[in-house]
Amino acid sequence: MAVTDMGRGVADAPPKVALLNNPKFRSWLFQILLGVAVAYLVYSGWVNMNANLQAAGVASGFGFLGENAGFSVAQSLIDYDQGTSSYGRVYVVGVLNTLIVAVVGIVFATVMGFLLGIARLSNNWIVSRLATSYVEFARNVPLLLQIFIWYFGVLRLLPQPRDSLDFGPLGLLNIRGYFAPKPVWGDGSAFVLYALIAGIVIAIGVSRWSYRRQMATGQRFPSLWVGLGAAVGLPLVVFLALGAPLTWDMPVLGGFRPSGGMTVIPEFIALLVALSTYTAAFIAEIVRAGILGVSKGQSEAAHALGLRQGQNLRLVVIPQALRIIIPPLTSQYLNLTKNSSLAVAIAYPELTSVFAGTALNQTGQAVEIISITMLTYLTFSLLTSAFMNWYNARVALVER
Amino acid sequence: MTKTVLTGVLGAAVLALGASTASAATLDDVKAKGFVQCGVSQGLPGFSNPDADGEWSGMDVDLCRGIAAAIFGDATAVKFTPLSAKERFTALQSGEVDVLSRNTTWTMSRDTQLGLNFAGVNYYDGQGFMIRTDMNINSALELSGASICTNTGTTTELNVADYFRANNMEYELVAFEKADEVVAAYDAGRCDVYTTDQSGLYAQRLKLTDPGAHKVLPEIISKEPLGPVVRQGDDQWFNIVKWVHFATLNAEELGVTMANVEEMKESDNPSIRRLLGTEGEFGSDIGLENDWAAKAIAAVGNYGEIFDRNVGPDTELAIGRGVNALWSQGGLQYAPPIR
Repeated sequence: MAVTDMGRGVADAPPKVALLNNPKFRSWLFQILLGVAVAYLVYSGWVNMNANLQAAGVASGFGFLGENAGFSVAQSLIDYDQGTSSYGRVYVVGVLNTLIVAVVGIVFATVMGFLLGIARLSNNWIVSRLATSYVEFARNVPLLLQIFIWYFGVLRLLPQPRDSLDFGPLGLLNIRGYFAPKPVWGDGSAFVLYALIAGIVIAIGVSRWSYRRQMATGQRFPSLWVGLGAAVGLPLVVFLALGAPLTWDMPVLGGFRPSGGMTVIPEFIALLVALSTYTAAFIAEIVRAGILGVSKGQSEAAHALGLRQGQNLRLVVIPQALRIIIPPLTSQYLNLTKNSSLAVAIAYPELTSVFAGTALNQTGQAVEIISITMLTYLTFSLLTSAFMNWYNARVALVER
Repeated sequence: MTKTVLTGVLGAAVLALGASTASAATLDDVKAKGFVQCGVSQGLPGFSNPDADGEWSGMDVDLCRGIAAAIFGDATAVKFTPLSAKERFTALQSGEVDVLSRNTTWTMSRDTQLGLNFAGVNYYDGQGFMIRTDMNINSALELSGASICTNTGTTTELNVADYFRANNMEYELVAFEKADEVVAAYDAGRCDVYTTDQSGLYAQRLKLTDPGAHKVLPEIISKEPLGPVVRQGDDQWFNIVKWVHFATLNAEELGVTMANVEEMKESDNPSIRRLLGTEGEFGSDIGLENDWAAKAIAAVGNYGEIFDRNVGPDTELAIGRGVNALWSQGGLQYAPPIR
């Protein structure tokens, strides 16, 4: 509005102000000057770096990504062969290892954090004090120290391979890790997957339909149970109809460590526990703040309308608390992901350890590798933010 | 916005890097600041290890002290920067240290791709394996399936990969950033095997709860010539580091020791006279005083003395001279003559 008004004013009376005093021109001028300055800084940094690398005789470029890495990685979610896999593959292995610990850690931290946050508000004195002491301890001890405590603590507790704890059908546990049975899917098991997808689609459809019907007619429909039945029951029926095409590859004791099955290395366990317990303490405080941020009158009004305590929480308190919780929660998720790089201290082979560590040392391509690693963490963080912002927009206050 | 800030920071970091590598004459820098900045390990007994008072000792440390003595006549004119295996080359490339004397293996790729020069070999090593005695394993060839602890960013990772692949054996590698964590994890039983250079195994064994319960397997699976490293493109500094090392070797060969260096200056042997600066102008050719070698030997002794004091049979490490004996005694240590 303001701009068009001003434009009209200018058109009516010929401009008497000097160009330099024109606010629009000035703002553009400074933007452009700043842009040029930044571009020049980046450009001269780039030129200087290349000149120095050349003068120092350091090879540069990204060709090393295709070369044979030749070292082994303790945990890999994709096929990795130490003899033939390239540095590019090492990068992918590192990224996946970072992602798995971050994603699982975020899930654990969120669940623990919500429980702890609610426990801190409990009317039960013992429960709330226990939660408070936990939060204060976990928040105030440096994370690296906690990782060491968990790692060497876990190592001290677990027995040597020959004295493995045997959980029968659940596998073996010893100092070399948790050796779980590995599912081996037989013929036709793809249909089970299709059935699962179909079941989930049906569940979503039912839930949407029942919501619309309830809005229109007020009639309720047990969509949760029907949906759950479709999502679980359909694949189960298909699975049984196919004659249960699933066998388990059990770990067997012998040699230096058990063979067969799937291995969860102790470094992963220690890092996961340390990251999720540490972050859970922060999330607990965020959740507590969110719940306390919803005024008491909201609950009282809900009760006055006849809503039960559960409905009050689900329909009134939590939706409003989420608006307060989501933005700081996003920061905690980003922190957890970035903190996973501390794993380099305990030999968990994530991105910083295998790529910005071993691969950097073997190739000497510091500038390239550190740039790639920084961009990767930046991408993780921006994606997480983007997702959380989208979710935040959904739960944010809608003005009517 | 985030991206703009990031590139700005990157640019600034790069500029800073550029500024420090631009100066080529390391000797002038060193003389101006009055000490040698020496990159060492974070604690490897016998090579570079700080004691309770923070005093560094070891073979790699003595090399740096020898360089400082050759330049300043003062073996204490040196500051030590402890570096992890991962940080060491970047620290040298960026000019943070003047010389890297940190049990670093000389390989072709390090010599040719990193803009660095290896100035000699002050210890011929080879990679070995340590294992608990009660595992009843007597050869590295019985290690198929074992978990192996080691340091990240070292040649040991690659050697062990080559060795196991060549012998068609499986293994699990657990690689830590710092040697202390490797020792702790091996001690706790996380791994069956600890692998690094044999000298390192003997050194780290001292840190275990029960050193007697572990043994080093006989196999040596790699050549690990360890030596000092300098930046490429400064030949004067390269020569100084190289010849300080050679001077200690020549001194041992000629019988010059820390104790007798002063009287040896009056020797009739022309080789000794050239070494100690009584004859010739060898010092000024590398930008130092003519008695540069005499000062270095007076400070740290000859190669044999350095070896015996730090890792020799009378120390806790109890390593024999082996291939590190002088060439004249059947070993590999050989220095070109000073003439």
